[in-house]
Amino acid sequence: MFVELNNLLNTTPDRAEQGKLTLLCDAKTDGSFLVHHFLSFYLKANCKVCFVALFQSFSHYNIVGQKLGVNLTVARERGQLVFLEGLKSSVDVFFQTQEEPHPLQFLREANAGNLKPLFEFVREALKPVDSGEARWTYPVLLVDDLSVLLSLGMGAVAVLDFIHYCRATVCWELKGNMVILVHDSGDVEDEENDILLNGVSHQSHLILRAEGLATGFCRDVHGQLRILWRRPSQPTAQRDQSLTYQYKIQDKSVSFFAKGMSPAVL
Amino acid sequence: MAAVATCGSGAGTTGSAVATASKSNVTSFQRRGPRASGTNDSGPRLVSIAGTRPSVRNGQLLVSTGLPALDQLLGGGLAIGTVLLIEEDKYNIYSPLLFKCFLAEGIVNGHTLLVASAKEDPANILQELPAPLLDDNSKKEFDEDVYNHKTPESNIKMKIAWRYQLLPKMEQIGPVSSRFGHYYDASKRIPQELIEASNWHGFFLPEKISSTLKVEPCSLTPGYIKLLQFIQNIIYEERFDGSNPQKKQRNVLRIGIQNLGSPLWGDDICCAENGSNSHSLTKFLYVLRGLLRTSLSACIITMPTHLIQNKAIIARITNLSDTVIGLESFIGSERETNPLYKDYHGLIHIRQIPRLNNLICDESDVKDLAFKLKRKLFTIEWVQDNYLRQERNIYPPGFSYLLKQKDSAWGEGSLQHSTFLMSFLAKATAFASRLVRHSEPLKQTGSGRIHQAAGPRLWHDGRRQEAPGLLGIPP
Repeated sequence: MFVELNNLLNTTPDRAEQGKLTLLCDAKTDGSFLVHHFLSFYLKANCKVCFVALFQSFSHYNIVGQKLGVNLTVARERGQLVFLEGLKSSVDVFFQTQEEPHPLQFLREANAGNLKPLFEFVREALKPVDSGEARWTYPVLLVDDLSVLLSLGMGAVAVLDFIHYCRATVCWELKGNMVILVHDSGDVEDEENDILLNGVSHQSHLILRAEGLATGFCRDVHGQLRILWRRPSQPTAQRDQSLTYQYKIQDKSVSFFAKGMSPAVL
Repeated sequence: MAAVATCGSGAGTTGSAVATASKSNVTSFQRRGPRASGTNDSGPRLVSIAGTRPSVRNGQLLVSTGLPALDQLLGGGLAIGTVLLIEEDKYNIYSPLLFKCFLAEGIVNGHTLLVASAKEDPANILQELPAPLLDDNSKKEFDEDVYNHKTPESNIKMKIAWRYQLLPKMEQIGPVSSRFGHYYDASKRIPQELIEASNWHGFFLPEKISSTLKVEPCSLTPGYIKLLQFIQNIIYEERFDGSNPQKKQRNVLRIGIQNLGSPLWGDDICCAENGSNSHSLTKFLYVLRGLLRTSLSACIITMPTHLIQNKAIIARITNLSDTVIGLESFIGSERETNPLYKDYHGLIHIRQIPRLNNLICDESDVKDLAFKLKRKLFTIEWVQDNYLRQERNIYPPGFSYLLKQKDSAWGEGSLQHSTFLMSFLAKATAFASRLVRHSEPLKQTGSGRIHQAAGPRLWHDGRRQEAPGLLGIPP
């Protein structure tokens, strides 16, 4: 996890809020560093994490996780991490007929059905084990990323239903957290993606938006991060708080600074 | 083992041979060489496959794309397990050349090829591959081998195994050159014996699709389903997924798919905006990437993205591919007459570079790249090099200039543009400062003369007559 980002968000692994939905959004840049941050954050907070990794392979997250101080292989063996590797499973689902419903069953279907098998998988992974001792603090669902589901043939409404079911189970019933990454297509008119993004951002408590610089590519400033705190359940009597920072990604960490205050410029 | 365990109650023990093969994978690989790419959970320790090298940044195993200039721009080469998507230029003149260089590189390195096309027979594609330019060193030793074979008394006399001296020398059947990245002569064809010595598989869509096979209805077009099954078959049979660790010599599978997404593949995203199978291509790319991540292969795909009607699909395709390069040729566009581009044939845009096993990627700082196909070679250069030469003629160093960003060749308002120009102009001040009048009067008498037009009135007789853009201080 990135210590500077923890300071900006005013959280630590010990005293993080529960029952929250965090939306990670990226526009014109790659926001995957936020996924790595939250993965290592919640593993360090001793939570049970279910990671639906549709975008990259397990070893990618593992190697980056080791740079950030967590070992995914060990976490998986201990039972702390339940990892659904989308790329590898898709090959299995596509070429062999499965006996039992597979979480990625929709790859074989012609018409976009629903994501019920995937939801069952998540619920099964995060349900509290009645072993008596509480090993993990609270469950966390991490999805990277949701726009891939649209590319694989699911409709935006089906994906929103899935998120709604997950939120009801994970956030409300189990008092856990959810972190979801959605790509923002920007000026490209991707209607389904816009529906999905608007729907999820309306339900979320915290929105982290990584954007590329408006002036183009820069070697020293990789992008801009907007942080928006929301209270979706209560009427917005107070204004939603919003902060903007610029960042530079380094080998093992990300440094944040106020706009225009990059060390390279000063 | 990994996928089976993590799919919870779903997968259980699948009868998949691939899954069980990967199960044995983890235990039988030993750590021997530098940590290689993320093709498997424990990471097969790959040592010296011909034509590959580990990346400097993260030890990822790389193969050459066939163009050393492009390798450099992509951070050393193409990572194994990834897809290189080339957005074709408008008339499909230069993208086949990149495609063929990739395949020719595979032949020269001894990799296995898989060529898929809906338009041309793969055998014909292979006949048209460019010839490699082997440098003098390797050519010399090739000749020397032949020479030693012919003369009975050679310089190298074997002292211990002298009985073997009389045996004829073996023909060079291994990889022709073990160097990483070769140059290709676009005007010559690859020698026939190299093609015959190589191991290649062809997928020609009209042949494969004629046989009616019972296929489960899925939203992929039949052509894509057939191609995926073909690729998966080759990977499994030739053990590119690491299922047979006893095999001594590991090899890389290079997959080349031409004109993917064109109507010849049965897909209508190039014809209609909201076709019936709008998710066919994206699903194909996803499953293909899944296949590549779990095997020792690299894939090049050329796609006519300029024909795709729905721009949102292009964005999705870009997100689903690892490395994306766009070619834009100047033929028929107004840039053909632009003097800035007179030496070049087109622009090359590096749209996306993947971040593999890392938070950052090796993005090159140079964004304005142009390519040209000279008589023999395909070269990629920075456009500014040409511009620099012209600019230095117009703006001699040693003066101060008012910088106005007007119609520039770069994207407007790019931070790189202005900083480049400032640094370029500032660089020359150091050595030319002796020509600048440092002792200027404090008060400026009269109105300053400002010349905006750049004229050729420079350095005629050793004395500078006038420099344009200079706030002239009358003597």
